Amino acid sequence: MNETKPLPTAPAPVPPAAPAARPAGAEQTGRQRAAELLQRQGVLAVLLAVVIAASFIYPTFASLDNARGVTIQASFLAVVALGMTMVIITGGIDLSVGSVFALGGVLAAWASQYGFLAALLLPLVVCGGIGLLNGFLIARGNMAPFIVTLATLLGARGLLLALTDEGATTYLVPKDSAFGELGQGSVWGFGYPIIIALVLFGAGGLVLQRTSFGQTLFAVGGSSDAATLMGLPVARTKILVYTLSGLLAGLAGALNAARLSSGVTIVGVGMELDAIAAVVIGGTLLVGGAGSISGTLWGVLLLAVIQNLINQIGSLNSSYQSVVSGGFLIVVVVAQRYLARSRRST
Amino acid sequence: MAPPEAVPQAPEAAVSTASAVLEARSVSKRFPGVVALDDVGFSLRAGETHALVGENGAGKSTLIKVLTGVYRPDGGELRMSGEPVRFARPFEAQQVGISTIYQEVNLVPLMSVARNIFLGREPRNRLGLIDFTRMHRETGELLDGFGVRVDPRRPLHTLGVGTQQMVALARAVSVNAQVVIMDEPTSSLEPREVETLFRVIERLRGQGIAVLYVSHRMDELYRICDRVTVLRDGRHIHTGDLAGLDRMQLVSMMLGRDLSEVRRSGVTNFAAEGHEAARTPVLTATGLSSRLQLHDISVSLYAGEVLGLGGLLGSGRSETAKALSGALPLDAGELTVDGTTLKRLTPAAAIRAGISLLPEDRKAEGIVPGLSVRENIVLAAMPRLSRAGVVSRAKQDRIVDIFMKRLRIKASSPEQKVGELSGGNQQKVLLARWLCLEPKVLLLDEPTRGIDVGAKAEVQSLIDDLAREGLAVLLISSDIEELIEGADRIVVLRGGAVAGELSGDDVAEDRLLAVLADHAPEPVDRAPAAQEDPR
Repeated sequence: MNETKPLPTAPAPVPPAAPAARPAGAEQTGRQRAAELLQRQGVLAVLLAVVIAASFIYPTFASLDNARGVTIQASFLAVVALGMTMVIITGGIDLSVGSVFALGGVLAAWASQYGFLAALLLPLVVCGGIGLLNGFLIARGNMAPFIVTLATLLGARGLLLALTDEGATTYLVPKDSAFGELGQGSVWGFGYPIIIALVLFGAGGLVLQRTSFGQTLFAVGGSSDAATLMGLPVARTKILVYTLSGLLAGLAGALNAARLSSGVTIVGVGMELDAIAAVVIGGTLLVGGAGSISGTLWGVLLLAVIQNLINQIGSLNSSYQSVVSGGFLIVVVVAQRYLARSRRST
Repeated sequence: MAPPEAVPQAPEAAVSTASAVLEARSVSKRFPGVVALDDVGFSLRAGETHALVGENGAGKSTLIKVLTGVYRPDGGELRMSGEPVRFARPFEAQQVGISTIYQEVNLVPLMSVARNIFLGREPRNRLGLIDFTRMHRETGELLDGFGVRVDPRRPLHTLGVGTQQMVALARAVSVNAQVVIMDEPTSSLEPREVETLFRVIERLRGQGIAVLYVSHRMDELYRICDRVTVLRDGRHIHTGDLAGLDRMQLVSMMLGRDLSEVRRSGVTNFAAEGHEAARTPVLTATGLSSRLQLHDISVSLYAGEVLGLGGLLGSGRSETAKALSGALPLDAGELTVDGTTLKRLTPAAAIRAGISLLPEDRKAEGIVPGLSVRENIVLAAMPRLSRAGVVSRAKQDRIVDIFMKRLRIKASSPEQKVGELSGGNQQKVLLARWLCLEPKVLLLDEPTRGIDVGAKAEVQSLIDDLAREGLAVLLISSDIEELIEGADRIVVLRGGAVAGELSGDDVAEDRLLAVLADHAPEPVDRAPAAQEDPR
């Protein structure tokens, strides 16, 4: 495995988003090129278009304050969607993240009385454990990810209700604690969760594109049989990716609790669906094998901007947010079909 | 996975295997109800190209899977350069230098060429991250050696199948392989790509790498292989030099027919005398062609005859039957039934025209195990039995009763689930399903495979009866006796093209073997469409 020789031409470290993965396209058909481009850059284009248009129409939208608000809103979903992206790239799905997110928040709020480290570690251990269980059942037990994570969705939510006496008990984060600061502090008005999310996305991109683990995720999603026959550690990779997803959902929940100063039990309901929507809008194939971290970031931001815009309009019921997000989802799925067809025609 | 019997083997064994790079010793593998490998011994020498041949069920794929760590043998042991080895996973086989390229390209279509080649062993830079610059450069150099020029960054799925196969080969060879196993590598290649593959194999031979080459194409075997191993019914039949081996002998070993006792006797239940065929064909197919599968196949079927379709595995028999039933997308070709040319070739159109296909794999393509005998039988006839969407139960029962009696289907009642019946009775249920459509042409693909002897005899005499009643029957069978005794005429396929036609007294084993082996001591009756032009 390790045949690393000293490099004859030690190249300068390439930035992670180097266009290495861009298809050459020299002999690809125009249709394919268009589809690939749509897949990779479509969301970003839509996001920019929406932001620019909204800035002209609603002056309040373009304000720095609003940008801070939108991004802090988006940061928690972003962290959850990061794990979801990796899971979906392997061709799986993790429905448990919404419940795990809420559980992580409650655990963090409860543990915050014992200090910063406890408040951070407890949710990570428990939620990572749930992820590990998911991964183990899926990879070693050969069970369908949908069913396994649906079970842990219910289980985590039940655990949460038991811990809080059906929501009657609310654990509060002590005032002026270091843990509370993690959620409420900010740099130039941009909350720490935003920065944490960005750092995680940078690291996630690096892991996905530049490590063997990342490559194996794509291989497992692209063709699980081929990955096995090539001798790749398929089961281990799956276990790891679900554990990662649980960890990230727990972390996001903890950050959310720190920001709200309490462990709220009703958060995270349906969050898994938002995360899936953001991932798919970001161009990751739901069947696995292709996708990008950056796409997910744009997808999360797009969902957040749409929600913000509907709030800006004011007269519109906020429920319409789901209608618009749903619309985007359909557009993306249709585009993916188009992509798949142009692929088959080769 | 520590081998429990780590005791060194007897010294004489070590001497005999000195030159063997990979060896299988009395390897057995059982699956529920089947012995896939029965005490098979096999050895591969460094630098040789070794052919592995055998018909369906011979155990070739099982042996390959044992050698590559996909299956663990139930008995026997594997040795690599004389050392006993055990593989728990394919990865472990690869680590000791056994690489495999499979018939279907087993790479990840959405990933780039370079990523596919280096998956699992990517070059790293000082930071421990994947070094794409180096990966792409090395991929380019590697593929250059195979005469393939593609951008290493291109997603694999944008390449042709042949090029993908080359990429798979490049991956297999670049992992410091000592043994490369190729499972029908040429089945999806164009002739030009086959030449490239052969050049690569020559190079591997020069480097002392052993190649295990599995193929049904005799020409290829004789061109590039040094030795050959024949398997049949899970047993080792023969290993030896290919140069001195006559094609006829090779084929007869594969099929398990002893040349000296080729005879025409009543082993099967077919009537000894032939059938009275009509003068004009019911079904005429002209120029059936499908890229890489069928090349300009023309056949005619006459009412009241059984036409046998002969050929070795992979010769295009099943594909031809599928094409005749509209189930195989064609690039060219026409079907004419009773003088009317079918406009659109779809299974529905073929059924309407009176063509029924009994597919080879009855589990996957035929029966619905959870439904009852009655439901399975009337499935295809539903549209005819129903009026305004309502199916008359009385009509169903009448039809089902007729066929259960006629075909002697042994079931506790028409309501018994088909999944509970024996293989032979399942096959009869399928036959009944098509017969109640009152077809003109019946295409039978391996109708007696996997059913017991008694049921086999019944199915055979049924085929006889059906032809006598005026049905045109196309019979595909790997069982040479069944083909010879059941068919009035045999069209022999080789490499997806018609290689010859036997009729009258030529319908005999020696003649059939001769055509199968492309070994014609005397001129063989050649059908007009028998030109060997692949296009």
